[in-house]
Amino acid sequence: MAKQYETVIGLEVHVELATKTKIFCGCSTAFGGEPNTHTCPVCTGMPGSLPVLNRQVLEYAVAVGLATNCGINRYCKFDRKNYFYPDNPQNYQISQLYLPICHDGSVEITTEDGTKNVRIHEIHMEEDAGKLIHDEWDDCSYVDFNRSGVPLIEIVSEPDMRSADEVIAYLEKLRMIIQYLGASDCKLQEGSMRADVNLSVREAGAEKFGTRTEMKNLNSFKAIRHAIEAETERQIDILEAGGTVVQETRRFDDNTGESYAMRSKEDAQDYRYFPDPDLVPIDLSEEFLDEIRNKQPEFRNEKMARYREEFGLPDYDIDIITQSKKMADVFEETVALGADAKKVSNYLMGETMRILKEKELDPQDISFKPEALKTLISLQEARKINGSVAKEVFEVLFFEDIDVESYVKEKGLMTVNDEGLLRKTVEQVIADNPQSVADYKGGKEKALGFLVGQTMKAMQGKADPGSVNAMLKELL
Amino acid sequence: MENILDLTASELGEAIRRKETTAVEATEAALENIRENEKNYNCYVTVDEEGALESARRVQKEIESGKLTSPLAGVPVAIKDNMCTEGLLTTCSSKILSNFVPTYTSEAVLNLEKAGAVILGKTNMDEFAMGSTTETSFYGPTKNPRNPEHVPGGSSGGSAAAVAAKECFYALGSDTGGSIRQPASYCGVVGMKPTYGRVSRYGLIAYGSSLDQIGPLCRSVTDCAMILEAICSHDPKDSTSVERKDNRFTDALEKDLSGMKIGIPRDYFGEGLSDEVASPIREALEVLKTAGAKVEEFDLSLVEYAIPTYYTIAAAEASSNLERFDGIKYGYRTESYDGLHNMYKKSRSEGFGPEVKRRIMLGSFVLSSGYYDAYYLKALRVKALIKKAFDEAFSKYDLIIGPAAPTTAPKLGESLSDPIAMYLSDIYTISVNLAGLPGMTVPCGKDRNGLPVGMQLIGDSFRENSLLKAAYAYETALGGSFERAFFKKEGR
Repeated sequence: MAKQYETVIGLEVHVELATKTKIFCGCSTAFGGEPNTHTCPVCTGMPGSLPVLNRQVLEYAVAVGLATNCGINRYCKFDRKNYFYPDNPQNYQISQLYLPICHDGSVEITTEDGTKNVRIHEIHMEEDAGKLIHDEWDDCSYVDFNRSGVPLIEIVSEPDMRSADEVIAYLEKLRMIIQYLGASDCKLQEGSMRADVNLSVREAGAEKFGTRTEMKNLNSFKAIRHAIEAETERQIDILEAGGTVVQETRRFDDNTGESYAMRSKEDAQDYRYFPDPDLVPIDLSEEFLDEIRNKQPEFRNEKMARYREEFGLPDYDIDIITQSKKMADVFEETVALGADAKKVSNYLMGETMRILKEKELDPQDISFKPEALKTLISLQEARKINGSVAKEVFEVLFFEDIDVESYVKEKGLMTVNDEGLLRKTVEQVIADNPQSVADYKGGKEKALGFLVGQTMKAMQGKADPGSVNAMLKELL
Repeated sequence: MENILDLTASELGEAIRRKETTAVEATEAALENIRENEKNYNCYVTVDEEGALESARRVQKEIESGKLTSPLAGVPVAIKDNMCTEGLLTTCSSKILSNFVPTYTSEAVLNLEKAGAVILGKTNMDEFAMGSTTETSFYGPTKNPRNPEHVPGGSSGGSAAAVAAKECFYALGSDTGGSIRQPASYCGVVGMKPTYGRVSRYGLIAYGSSLDQIGPLCRSVTDCAMILEAICSHDPKDSTSVERKDNRFTDALEKDLSGMKIGIPRDYFGEGLSDEVASPIREALEVLKTAGAKVEEFDLSLVEYAIPTYYTIAAAEASSNLERFDGIKYGYRTESYDGLHNMYKKSRSEGFGPEVKRRIMLGSFVLSSGYYDAYYLKALRVKALIKKAFDEAFSKYDLIIGPAAPTTAPKLGESLSDPIAMYLSDIYTISVNLAGLPGMTVPCGKDRNGLPVGMQLIGDSFRENSLLKAAYAYETALGGSFERAFFKKEGR
């Protein structure tokens, strides 16, 4: 490649808000109900029905706007976006075009290349559509309106990102902020966070942006990274071959790693946006904004400083624990029950992170009770179980709602604190391993470790390693 | 007792409470009259004989047990066919909703049901309330009971005609640009469009959402006040519904107009107004003066802009509101089609009539990219200026009075050939919708062919009481009944 190219990326991120009810009616937003059970005349677009704004949606949208340094439009409106599609019961979507709730924000991201700001053009509120289910046997399609009217915010960035790393850092930052606010669980796989990638390339140093494409259907960070890399390459290949990039929407297929054109700019629809006359304009008072400002939670930076101060944790620990609000919550709740902060931190950094990674889970998926972890740590502190048993039990309590103390008892995992038995076992181990004993006495410290291991094995792992050590030293 | 059908709604309510008659008797009488007259007038799309009788029996029991005490309890009513009624066909007089049975009842109708109303059926209208004659109905035109060669007006023509023909004791209509006041004028009945936000729109199938309002059509001013009291409410299901405390409308029924200042816009009495309409209104103004009102002429500006502004805004909203009728979830679907978009196209082409299509096209055009600012936004600005012109007028007057339509009811078939002329006939009513104000029509005479002439009263926002007061004083001065004063037939 003779020329150097620069990738220019902007994102449109849809986030499903964690309200209990839909944006314009009282129906439940719960995921996974039987088709068309969370519906009413409003969210199925029945004639004569009217939308009424859910105040919680407004609160979340403003909270996200404030947390991303946006200006808030104190006077804002909803607009209708008109297009025909069967998942859209009114054939218009209620969204915001002319006066979106938030505008001109930014978030700071950090990558290996350093720290930079990604500007946010606007954040607007809108309703989600229903879901089409295509029945291939019957040659017909069904519509499930359970998702119709679930509240969304769309966060539109400026074209400020230059690499997949920056895009991922931006998304992780948004996700963290929104999770800290409790405004959404932001799960890409389940679709509660969705990103459309607008991407163009230009020669390094060029002032003008190239022609961009928009990629949809990106369901994981991995897919986003692949899509960006593949699309960058595709566009460069076109330019290198003397061609021109066509402005179009492309659908990414994670299985093939390729994207396909869905529609070009030429068939772009005229959505005939206009203010929705069924919804009165929103006039936000200074008091309302203050109320939201006062309710803003402690964000990561503040939390990090407090953890340093209050718990004296190493920066390394703090960095990991505060990466997700969920993890930080579990930490704080467990500590509040009286557990030692460093010990809790160790469980989160060590075992928890390991399990999450192994099972490809998100910190949001942590569901164990802080009480369980607290009990586990107490048992260990009281030397009623040893470290390896504790790890074993942690893995169980991570997935199952067990009563830790009875579980340990029932499974016979308690450390055996029978000095007579220990003495007898150690004597036997010494008798069975004369070579190791000789090695140890000859100055090989390592041999002691082997003998400890043998003793633990003989006691089925239920001895306290400290006591074993002491007993061995005494008898040798 | 005189013929039960000659009673006003409030008189009938009282007779039922006094046990002089029953809800069942009244319902049976209305149904019998419907059976006899419908072939001549075609006021209804659906008559629910069984449902009406069943609810009359239930209501009568509840009146007797003391559970229902409302002044309208047991009085049979007709509902315009654009208000949803659970389990009862609701068509908007369109083919596209020819099989639509709603799963819920509109708030205004629910309020009437709570007050013990007996619903006789659903009245004919211009398709989706688009029209001024009730001739655009898929179910054929309604005829004016005062003279069946003429139209009843529209779009609430079925409701107005049903009241005039005594096929009900009162009716609900909806008014987007005059659709209650103009047919009331053509049919010689009382009609009111309340202030925008006074009555919930929940369940009213929208035409122009920012202009639509439900209101009564009836035979007396007392009826009008009582019905309004029954239907108005603050509805949390309608964001544009306004919470008000001033909803005791029957308190406004006074005869003395001393101190009331009435403004007469010169612009409403200029070119285009038929003398046969103007002179009965001028006579009525003399009656109001006698009752104590001060009457004065003034210039209400911007009148000539009302029509283009209205047709831009109403059509824009309609083009979007009517998108949901696509043949997918309910309503008419074309028989054979090739793929989704072909199904949309054919269902809608076959399901909508020409006037509805005309307004959808007009509305889609004014909202389309490149034209939005020049048409839709400009119309919104003019709308605000029109409201301002009224605000200025109401700083000087308690009430504005003028005609409801330039002429009396035209003959059937005369209007459809020239849509622009039909649009122009809305000139006196539509600015009231654009400004969101209350407007009312009462009968004030007849032309030389015996066709009714109506007088329109316009009030400031939420000043329905001023309208009712002036109208009541006028009705009282006429002897207490518009029907007897202007339309009494011999030998009935």
